[in-house]
Amino acid sequence: MILTGEIVSQVKEVINEKLISANVHTVLVIDGAGNILAHCGEDTDGLDAISLAALTAANFGATSQIAKLIGETDFSLLYHKGEKANIHFARLSGEMILVSIFGDEVSLGLVRVRVDELAVLIKKIFEG
Amino acid sequence: MALIDLGKKEVHCKIVYYGAGRCGKTTNLIYIYNAMSDSDRGKMLTIDTKGDRTLFFDLLPLNLGKISGFDIRIQLYTVPGQVMYSATRKLVLKGVDGLVFVADPLKVRRERNIESLNDLKRNVAEHGLDLAEMPLVLQYNKRDLVNTPVPTLTVEELEHDLNQEYQVPGFEAIATKGDGVFETLKEISKRTVNHVAKKHLFNG
Repeated sequence: MILTGEIVSQVKEVINEKLISANVHTVLVIDGAGNILAHCGEDTDGLDAISLAALTAANFGATSQIAKLIGETDFSLLYHKGEKANIHFARLSGEMILVSIFGDEVSLGLVRVRVDELAVLIKKIFEG
Repeated sequence: MALIDLGKKEVHCKIVYYGAGRCGKTTNLIYIYNAMSDSDRGKMLTIDTKGDRTLFFDLLPLNLGKISGFDIRIQLYTVPGQVMYSATRKLVLKGVDGLVFVADPLKVRRERNIESLNDLKRNVAEHGLDLAEMPLVLQYNKRDLVNTPVPTLTVEELEHDLNQEYQVPGFEAIATKGDGVFETLKEISKRTVNHVAKKHLFNG
């Protein structure tokens, strides 16, 4: 995949508008191989984005196998709730995955709505 | 699939170390991790090992300097070698750009080497790739066992078993001591970056 500076800045702009402005701490867009395409928000202390991206890609791969076991082709989103931080993963078009990390002050519902909106916007940006 | 970031002038490639269980894939990564400076390597990630076996994968991100103004970033992965983890190996191969096949010289592992290489061929094919057309390097590991009473395969036997079809460079190695580890890494990195550059930058 070839990324231009223009694509990255457009993707970051829409992420900032939809998620970072809604108090989501950190957002990553990654591809199916675990490469980071865009990284927005706070660089949370100690966040190892490279490992997070690799694990996310692998986790999606593993859960899509679980999906097949129950007759689904794939799961389009995954969510993990922690004590202070929560993480939401959503499958975008073109095998991309959007990862959002947020605290309890942000509602999951809002994240889901905004991620759905972003999926459409990011698809348009990559399709030019 | 490699990522070329024209904005940051970075090329990201994924290289996977493949081979039968206990052939020394993780040992290669640990040696590379310990030998490189902090500025050239990222954190090494090892997922959940059971005994000394890799259950999911190991990941080591490296910065290999600049080529034609682009920073070359390589991510080294290993797969779990045990036969039963075939589905996991297939997952780790997603988006792979280059491969190192690590062969075990023990005579009793001869069939396992061949099976593992065939498994690799099948798994890359399931991702729509042809192993014969991919950057590939073989590593004949554990050469220190040759001088012990343990029955081992000669390099000629390993070449015959594994390299007849592919005709790629093979490196003798003792990964625990680092012999051949960087020679292998250097060759696969060069081949992978050339392959990615030809495919994405020069031909469209």
